[in-house]
Amino acid sequence: MSGEPAAPSGQAAALLRRAERWQLWEIALWIIAVAMIFVMPSHMLILTEIAILALLAVSLDLILGYAGIVSLGHAAFFGLGAYSAGLFAKFAITEPVTGLLFAGAVSGVFGLATSFLVLRGSDLTRLMTTFGVAMLLAEVVNQTGWLTGGADGLSGVTVTPILGLFEFDLWGRTGYIYSLIVLMAVVFISRRIVNSPYGLSLKAIKRNPTRAAMLGISPNRRIVVIYTIAAVFAGMAGALLTQTTSFVSPDALAFHRSADVLLVLVIGGAGYLYGGILGAVIFTILRDWLSVITPQYWMFWIGLILIVIVMVGRERVTRWQALLPGSAANREAKARAAALAAARDAA
Amino acid sequence: MLTILFDGIAYGMLLFILACGLSITLGLMNFVNLAHGAFAMAGGYITVIMMNRYGISFYWCLPAAFLVTALAGAVLERTLYRHLYGSPHLDQVLFSIGLVFMSIAAIDYLMGGQQQLINLPPELRGRFEFLGVGIGRYRLFVIIICAILAVALQLALTRTRFGSQLRAAVDDGRVARGLGINVSLIFVATFAFGSGLGGLGGALGADLLGLDPNFPLKFLIYFMIVVTVGGTSSISGPFIAALLLGIADVAGKYYVPQLGAFIIYAVMILVLILRPHGLFSREGGR
Amino acid sequence: MIPALETRNLTKRFGSFVATSDVSLSVRPGARHALIGPNGAGKTTLINLLTGVFAANSGQILLGGEDITALPAHARVRRGLSRTFQINQLFADMTPLDSVMLAIGEREGHGRLGWRPLSADRVVADEAAALLERFRLADVMGSATTLLPYGKQRLLEIALAIATRPRVLLLDEPAAGVPEEERHEVLGIVRDLPADVTVVLIEHDMDLVFSFADRISVLVGGALFAEGTVAEISGDARVKAIYLGEDA
Repeated sequence: MSGEPAAPSGQAAALLRRAERWQLWEIALWIIAVAMIFVMPSHMLILTEIAILALLAVSLDLILGYAGIVSLGHAAFFGLGAYSAGLFAKFAITEPVTGLLFAGAVSGVFGLATSFLVLRGSDLTRLMTTFGVAMLLAEVVNQTGWLTGGADGLSGVTVTPILGLFEFDLWGRTGYIYSLIVLMAVVFISRRIVNSPYGLSLKAIKRNPTRAAMLGISPNRRIVVIYTIAAVFAGMAGALLTQTTSFVSPDALAFHRSADVLLVLVIGGAGYLYGGILGAVIFTILRDWLSVITPQYWMFWIGLILIVIVMVGRERVTRWQALLPGSAANREAKARAAALAAARDAA
Repeated sequence: MLTILFDGIAYGMLLFILACGLSITLGLMNFVNLAHGAFAMAGGYITVIMMNRYGISFYWCLPAAFLVTALAGAVLERTLYRHLYGSPHLDQVLFSIGLVFMSIAAIDYLMGGQQQLINLPPELRGRFEFLGVGIGRYRLFVIIICAILAVALQLALTRTRFGSQLRAAVDDGRVARGLGINVSLIFVATFAFGSGLGGLGGALGADLLGLDPNFPLKFLIYFMIVVTVGGTSSISGPFIAALLLGIADVAGKYYVPQLGAFIIYAVMILVLILRPHGLFSREGGR
Repeated sequence: MIPALETRNLTKRFGSFVATSDVSLSVRPGARHALIGPNGAGKTTLINLLTGVFAANSGQILLGGEDITALPAHARVRRGLSRTFQINQLFADMTPLDSVMLAIGEREGHGRLGWRPLSADRVVADEAAALLERFRLADVMGSATTLLPYGKQRLLEIALAIATRPRVLLLDEPAAGVPEEERHEVLGIVRDLPADVTVVLIEHDMDLVFSFADRISVLVGGALFAEGTVAEISGDARVKAIYLGEDA
């Protein structure tokens, strides 16, 4: 009997460690991403685009996949970061990393200020407020043409070498490496966040806010924090876009960007961080391929894909992530499928 | 001054007709249909095609726009929408965004990306002075039609058998079905009617609002403002909200053009913070 | 002696319907207090008022002498008031281990934004494992909650409430819906709750009530109808007429 009580605690520790372990496919993914620098040197620009979109999607995943907040205006933070970085480079410091941090900070402050809007009400009011905030920002940019260049965009953004050492080259190699490092850093930080007790509380709030409150969790504070963090990351994604293209257009705040990033997350699957990355890869390749076939009308196909995904069922579309061996998504997908089946039986 | 008020009322009335279909699907059927503007756009383009290609009278275009979009709404409801009534709002949002994207690209492909113009019948053109107020004939026409529709709608929802059946179907589908109410028929009829109203609004608005493939996105925010500010528990809420929005927007663009749509968005967000269920709804209602 | 939990003239209306009517209740520390009443008597509403799911229209709630009427639900939990739900409120695709880790970690204040991974918290993990073992959930700690048999889910429901280390625990029909063969496990757990925890129990099973409770309050139509010891209540003809008679 005396040896027995230790067994469950050892089992618990093993289970907890297993959930946090770096999976083989995670490591493989990053190796591939790095290898791309050498394998596809002529595709650096599109790879950069993917990395930036992935970063934006990861930030959305934190609030949608983990905290369960539906946002129709995530582009607000992206655009704000893009313009902040642009204006910062134009009027203050041209060094990119400083600009990146500045943009993240601005966006984060804005995220903190607007996070209180998503606390109250239903999905619908959240949709409306996030959408409204994004539209509001777009309108501000539009009306302050003297500062932002209005509809023509902000041009003349000069970026000096990163940390004064690495100059942006014509082929976008530096840009890709820079974006990839930021993406890796953000995913690493996010990974720590979601695997911490705090991350666990987010998952709990999303799944059952009533019970979460009955465990002494104040859902509002937790949501404010993650919303702010997501805003910081989204702002950084925007800054990367500005710095790698030396240009900001109002397109950074456009509605379709909020919709695109939702689609990215839907393709890749929400709630396990890597959905944003995989989704960004698929989405960008798909869009490029479609726009080659039908240059102007790829929007049609994107729309069709959205509808098909929803009609087939998001769960089913993203089931492939469960194939990733030993992944948390694997286990969660199994549980989710069982939960769905149980719910269907009950209904 | 009064002319601006008059224009604002016309604009607001039009927004009401455009948005009340959305208010119905959202409030009664709890479906977030961001694609509502696509139906309105369809109504507009039907009018443009009928008038400009086939020379059909504007007056015939209005009922045609209503009927064709209502039919399209019914078909889409039967084939797609009805599968998503119980789905999470995120699914409904993604689905309807998909529809919006498809409609934008399709119209762009079929009709081109330029602004569409229609020639109103001569008796609806121009302005006349009435007690010192400049009154646009067409705007007056819009106001009259929309006012009739608003009253009819209010009566239809509160006084008729269909209205009470609809409310029963929404409150508890299972019970309504048990009472012998054909719930799915009611839903398809309601959805079709809402879409048709959107189409009619699009036809009426082709001249006032402008019409191009981006219509569904451009006016989405306006519809949403009407619905969120007005609440979805009644017809009168969105009606008042639409009027206020119309007047505020016209007046704002006239007096402080540099602020643009800023004020409107800000007011919407403010209302959402203070009254998440809408300005005119009874708190705690469904 | 300060009551562990006390309500003063607590009233809740939904529109014109009075769900809780002028309820003044006092539960002494360490009590096993049962709350009974026919269906629709407002038992669960009362629990919801006590725990802050609903806000009362008037009246006061005191926990250990402290007025908690205006506090949000999570703040009441932090002050030592915990509950279970009549219908399981669990985290469907999280494991029992994660759920219990969460409850303990939150109690210890680890839930704020942090850098330390869950697995680094050995003290919490050990406590979680011990708790899971006590609740006979050790063998299923790693599987998704929805996959567990109903009785196990019911145990987890109670385990989560216990994990917050409450001073006052409100149990809303803990054995409801549990199949006969798993029932004794749940009831055993309820009986073995630490003596210093004040327990308020809602239950329909009179055998359980009479064997478990040392004091009983009868709620009828949202109002407190009778209160007394087990002997007093079981001997009360009016209670029998209204409540027990109906059940028999």
